[in-house]
Amino acid sequence: MALDNIEKLLEKYFEASTTVAEEEQLREYFAQESVPAHLEPYKPMFNYFSNAKEERFTKQVPLKTRSNLYKWISVAAVAVLTFGIYLGNEYQERKKAEYAYQETKKAFELLAENFGRGTEKVAYLKEFEEAKQKIYNNN
Amino acid sequence: MKQSEFLNVVMPFKDKLYRLAKRLLVSREEAEDATQEILMKLWSKNESMGQYKNVEAFAMTMTKNFCLDRLKSKQAGNLKLVHSNYSDENTSLQRQLEAEDSVQWMERIMQELPEQQKMVLQLRDVEQYEFEEICELMDMKPTAVRVALSRARKTVRQELIKKHSYGIG
Repeated sequence: MALDNIEKLLEKYFEASTTVAEEEQLREYFAQESVPAHLEPYKPMFNYFSNAKEERFTKQVPLKTRSNLYKWISVAAVAVLTFGIYLGNEYQERKKAEYAYQETKKAFELLAENFGRGTEKVAYLKEFEEAKQKIYNNN
Repeated sequence: MKQSEFLNVVMPFKDKLYRLAKRLLVSREEAEDATQEILMKLWSKNESMGQYKNVEAFAMTMTKNFCLDRLKSKQAGNLKLVHSNYSDENTSLQRQLEAEDSVQWMERIMQELPEQQKMVLQLRDVEQYEFEEICELMDMKPTAVRVALSRARKTVRQELIKKHSYGIG
């Protein structure tokens, strides 16, 4: 590109009235190895701008889907809780049934004991009956 | 919006966010953290993202505001200077040293600029935004943008000519 054209563009550039395309021309011009001595000071400026655009953001961004995770954790917690309550109830019921069974057994034992005593007394009664028969027969 | 869709929207301009953040915050770590923060904020808003006609402009404005807040807060009181490694295998060592040196010099000159000029210069000369976009991003009038840009460029020129004529580096 003609030198006077570049000089004109530079002038416009410092008045901030160049377009993006014209600025691109300037950057391209100053990207070459050698420029006239009086333009040398501008070289680092345009080269720097071109270089600066090469910098990249390389860090990973942890995009969290935590709201989703929380939802599933709460679902799991509710399930565990429900299951636990259900199991607990069953256990309680079994305990109660066992207790009732033991009590009933005790009651029946008591009854049986008393029945036993009853039959003992009935044995006496039999003795009495026999004695009575003897007496009758003797008379 | 799904994660992959979001990434497709965000991918084209995430580097611009990072570069703007780095321009303002200087340190690479700070800029990375800021960019990460901005992207996560965007992600948390992804359901309403369809409403913004220009997600990029929205994200750039967010980055600008976030970094300015960051600079104001005491947290960022001890910013570190970190220079990126610009390497070019084709140039000789001498030239490479020179180039690296002038890059550092430019970086230092740009750091000295007032924040507004710094941002306008970054948006225009590095990212090549149009004036209307810069007006929108910076919430400035077109004439104000032109004035800031012109001042920034002239300051850089002045510093470079000074350096060049002294021959120091």
